[in-house]
Amino acid sequence: MSTVATTDPVLTPEQAGGMSIRSRLQDALPKIVLAPSFVITLIFVYGFIVWTAYLSFTNSKTFPSYELTGARAYQRLWRWTFENDPPSSWYTSITNMAIFGFLYVGICLALGLLLAILLDQKIRGEGLLRPIFLYPMALSFIVTGVAWKWFLDPGLGLEQTLHHFGWTSFHFDWIKNKDFVIYTVVIAGVWQASGFVMAMFLAGLRGIDGEIMKAAQIDGASPFQLYRRIIIPLLRPIFLSTFIVLAHMAIKSYDLVVALTSGGPGGSAWLPSNFMYEYTFKRNEMAVGSASAIIMLMTISAIIVPYLYSELKEKAR
Amino acid sequence: MRKFLSSAAIAVVMVSGLGGAQAADVKEVQMLHWWTSGGEAAALNVLKQDLSKEGFAWKDVPVAGGGGDAAMTALKAMVAAGTYPTASQMLGYTVLDYAQAGVMGDLTETAKKEGWDKSVPAALQKFSVYDGKWVAAPVNVHSVNWLWINKAVMDKIGGKQPKSFDDLIALLDKAKAAGVIPLALGGQNWQEATMFDSIVLSTGGPEFYKKAFNDLDEASLKSDTMKKSFDNLAKIVKYVDPNFSGRDWNLATAMVIKGDALVQVMGDWAKGEFVAAKKTPDKDFLCYRFPGTEGSVIYNSDMFGMFNVPDDRKAAQVALATATLSKSFQSAFNVVKGSVPARTDVPDTDFDACGKKGIADLKAANEGGTLFGSLAQGYGAPPAIANAYKDVVSKFVHGQIKSSDEAVKQLVQAIDDAR
Repeated sequence: MSTVATTDPVLTPEQAGGMSIRSRLQDALPKIVLAPSFVITLIFVYGFIVWTAYLSFTNSKTFPSYELTGARAYQRLWRWTFENDPPSSWYTSITNMAIFGFLYVGICLALGLLLAILLDQKIRGEGLLRPIFLYPMALSFIVTGVAWKWFLDPGLGLEQTLHHFGWTSFHFDWIKNKDFVIYTVVIAGVWQASGFVMAMFLAGLRGIDGEIMKAAQIDGASPFQLYRRIIIPLLRPIFLSTFIVLAHMAIKSYDLVVALTSGGPGGSAWLPSNFMYEYTFKRNEMAVGSASAIIMLMTISAIIVPYLYSELKEKAR
Repeated sequence: MRKFLSSAAIAVVMVSGLGGAQAADVKEVQMLHWWTSGGEAAALNVLKQDLSKEGFAWKDVPVAGGGGDAAMTALKAMVAAGTYPTASQMLGYTVLDYAQAGVMGDLTETAKKEGWDKSVPAALQKFSVYDGKWVAAPVNVHSVNWLWINKAVMDKIGGKQPKSFDDLIALLDKAKAAGVIPLALGGQNWQEATMFDSIVLSTGGPEFYKKAFNDLDEASLKSDTMKKSFDNLAKIVKYVDPNFSGRDWNLATAMVIKGDALVQVMGDWAKGEFVAAKKTPDKDFLCYRFPGTEGSVIYNSDMFGMFNVPDDRKAAQVALATATLSKSFQSAFNVVKGSVPARTDVPDTDFDACGKKGIADLKAANEGGTLFGSLAQGYGAPPAIANAYKDVVSKFVHGQIKSSDEAVKQLVQAIDDAR
């Protein structure tokens, strides 16, 4: 008994100390593990945002310069838009942005929803169809761009093939046409992303409680009314998150334009991201490039911030 | 801040796969370039072999893309990261930009020993010497104002060498009537602007070209002659097949080689493609100066910009520079590449008919003061201005700018903005 009593007090403080280090470590572990990625994000995302904003107020050319010279770069951007007879490159870029953003997001949502609803009808072979529609998402935009470039090229693809089959009056040269080239970007983009949208909606549809639908059917709702009044409204959160994903993909879209059109005839397929890359890295006008990047950032924030706000408000409620 | 930025840039370079370039071996020459088409790659092999004889390994850092835009972006990342390549293919004002940033090496000693300042044309030295120091080794002189014609097609339509711009239009009409594509053009802005360089020289003459495109004199840029040049551009573009937009230059050359098209207006790198396709000048193809530009040469020159490498890598750099400007290499390389030597004292014995013509033209233009830097190729003005120019020309060709009045107005404004 006495030995136990003597050994016990010797052991306990050691054990207690060990325990406290361990528990403190356990407490701190998440923070330690998160710290590097936090620091990296802080520097490489927010640090560089600040740096880009700073550069846009300098007269940086090939390499960054740190002497502030006022908002000259912004003035140049907007002067091109309003005083020039169109199309200046920046004007073209933001017009294309509007066309592409609107059509890409709109068609993807509509087509994705339609596909999801059709797939949801318990049809045979759904397991086969789903990956077929989803697969384009696994390709990078570069691959999509190159494939569609060949397919749409009047000398190589669709037009040539149909001519071979004897339909010689067929004519489709959008990809070489300055006024229509941006729509070919929409086509390729929609092909790539609508399967993904379908998958999102399908998951949403499967998550809807079957009891609600049964109750509605007993009340005499037609399938159309069922979707319009009950199911689609229930999908609202999916709509929102899909919209956010698509909208930011549209705004930052760069590689698709390059791979598909290499900028289009006379730069007519440029999006703001192409403008930014061209001016910063090819034309040695880093200040103008930075200014356009900041404007893109503001565009994205204009979409994301209200979304985050509404999300947070909902959580708080 | 600076250190942090450079490490960030290193990360970018590593991610983009150029990371190998920083583990520098002292017996190794690292060369960044965009010579990836058939004729070009063959030409570069000559230098590889020369250097391997002296025991220097060759580390290729090729970045594909005809105009070199992608390569310049990669170079910028490497330089910002402080991992200089031994040398990089560079054009005109870019060399001066980097020299101004203080990252170029000094080859004056080698230059003196080898007598570069006597043999290299003064127009080229403007770009390879900065602040009295040799910072780049010119590899060749390309001239831009050439017509490349398929001889079989020419014979078929019964054409002869055009002496004036109107002759050229008449010739193109003949080709059109015979059902051949008259003009092979790649619808990328640098190709369109390269053709426009020749048109301006042809329309306005040597004095006008120099004033407008080398001195950027505003009165000349605004002048009626410039408007007429745009009108002529509009005339010639009508002879292009509808599918030209976005086509690479070597595909346009291939159209001429195969006889699908009659003529291409392109720099003499096009000849490299003819040679690579086993074609002989005067037998399979013809090379004429763009009508109205005989006696003048619009040049651009590929230069190997030499970076400020650490002392232990300097020997490899000196070996590269010496080999680059040696007469034997200049001859062997340019025979394959299609261009002419960057020094005027290289014998023309090994060159074909077009090469001999090119060497004689360069010599005459150098002595007569009619050797002009090509604005489209970055030898007329710094990149910001050259790109603004290419934009306007391209928009005019593709119909976004509808009249030559508007084109001139936009050209003046774009150049003014970029100054």
